[in-house]
Amino acid sequence: MQKLKKLVSYYSPVNRWALKVLARNLIVFRKTWATNLAFNIVEPLLYLAALGAGLGVMVEDIEGMSYTQFIAPGIVATSAMWAAAAECSYDSFVRMHFQKIYHAIVATPINLEEVVVGELLYGTFKSVLSGTVIMGVIAALGLVLSPWALFTPVVLVLNGLVFSQIAMIWTGIVPKIDNFAYFFTLIVTPMFLFSEVFFPLDVLPQILQQLAWLLPLYHVVALLRALTIGLVSAELIYHVMWLIIFILLIFPLPQLLMRRRLIK
Amino acid sequence: MIVVEAQSLQKNYNGFPAVAGIDFKIHRGECFGILGPNGAGKTTVVAMIYCFLPISGGKLTVLGKDVTLEPRSIKTKLGVVPQENNLDLELTVRENLLVYAGYYGICRSEAQKRAKELLHFFGLSTKADQEVEQISGGMKRRLTIARGLIHTPEILILDEPTTGLDPQSRRLIWEHLRKLKKRGLTLILTTHYLEEASQLGDELIIMDKGKILEEGKPLELIKKQVGAKVVEVEISPGQSHALLGTLENLISGYQIAGNTIYLFVAEDENAAVELINSSGYVQTYRVRPSNLEDVFLKLTGRGLDYAETEETGFIL
Repeated sequence: MQKLKKLVSYYSPVNRWALKVLARNLIVFRKTWATNLAFNIVEPLLYLAALGAGLGVMVEDIEGMSYTQFIAPGIVATSAMWAAAAECSYDSFVRMHFQKIYHAIVATPINLEEVVVGELLYGTFKSVLSGTVIMGVIAALGLVLSPWALFTPVVLVLNGLVFSQIAMIWTGIVPKIDNFAYFFTLIVTPMFLFSEVFFPLDVLPQILQQLAWLLPLYHVVALLRALTIGLVSAELIYHVMWLIIFILLIFPLPQLLMRRRLIK
Repeated sequence: MIVVEAQSLQKNYNGFPAVAGIDFKIHRGECFGILGPNGAGKTTVVAMIYCFLPISGGKLTVLGKDVTLEPRSIKTKLGVVPQENNLDLELTVRENLLVYAGYYGICRSEAQKRAKELLHFFGLSTKADQEVEQISGGMKRRLTIARGLIHTPEILILDEPTTGLDPQSRRLIWEHLRKLKKRGLTLILTTHYLEEASQLGDELIIMDKGKILEEGKPLELIKKQVGAKVVEVEISPGQSHALLGTLENLISGYQIAGNTIYLFVAEDENAAVELINSSGYVQTYRVRPSNLEDVFLKLTGRGLDYAETEETGFIL
């Protein structure tokens, strides 16, 4: 009973206090959104141009899609991943460590766990926003074939929560801001390369295909690709469930690590 | 009415006792000063009061509530001015107040009104729409205090409020704190500036190495521990004991630091001065009113800036 209570307590910071932390970040976002979004959007479009229009010419159609069409949903997923990962690593670290904003907030009625959840919500917000905008651009380019793509933001919420949390776990651990390089090299980049964004995984050895199943981004890409081409089936629920379970399972970790880091 | 009460309050960091079982009471409306050198445990004590650090032992109640049980409702009624400025650098001066008001759930129009009053009170009205980065250190400090008052707290906690400021800014902050005190706000203040402690503190505790060495009102503490006057004597080191021998009955204690002896005069400084003059050992001397630093020196054998004195003696 006691243990159950403890377990539930990790999910209770999803409350109105956490929303106040999100509100603080949104006030800052309102001042910087233009530059903020521009970077998030230009880069994926460069990828799409170089790989789709460039490399794509030399690649035959994949599962009936042109190469540009094949990679477009993956580019949406990865740039949304980058947005969440960058927000809850570098940006959160600056707020936590250099600006001492977490310290300032926990002197008010808000507690540290709620600060962490507020940050995760903001990372998710930025991730969903930039992913959705890119999806819009891709749709305008005629690369979206189905109205199912309107469900993109729902998938991006899951995506944003996953990567905000993974990044926040690192923020709770890393001694110095430079150490985030490991996070991006060891976690984010492999995710980017091996989640069926650029090529179908069945060209890889069986064992690597199975390992890809462990990558959260793989499930996000699968969902977004299905939505953009309108190939929606009950099987997709497995990917959704995978992401939801992953989010819930690691949910206590960012809070625990941040408490261990800041409160002696 | 007691607003904060600590009973055998303890805090350990990995087994190291930063606060080693202390007791104190803070009453409504007073300015309670915690004086001590860096590392004495002052910040740890206030951080436990504002429910940032969990206590390791004993009991601590704030406004009648236990810090381990009801931190949220305690924090609603406390204002905190931390040692390190942690203003929100991404916001303007006014936004810092408004966003902070939001953390307390204060509605927008009420927050606007409070922010306007506080900016006026702290002389920041003309800076309201500037970025925090652009204002001076003294202004940042005042803004941090204003931020701590945005929700009209019952107690304001100030951790080293003037450390690192120039004397002018420091005095200005003291002026503001005095006004707040007059309005009946309870202040809890940590400092290693004895002038600050004696200027503002109604009640003081003097801390060192996690313990309370002495407590009381500043003037009473000085009177009780070192008497009204101190004679500072320049003397060659070899001769200090000879001088002390002749003064034995006239001083309550002494302190030797390099070529200077601090003599705590028991009753009559004129008699002591006469003896010093006629002793023939003394190059120069100076009589001055004693202060809290002397109390601290006497209690610890060290200055507040960590300078170790070589010898301390007391004739009780």
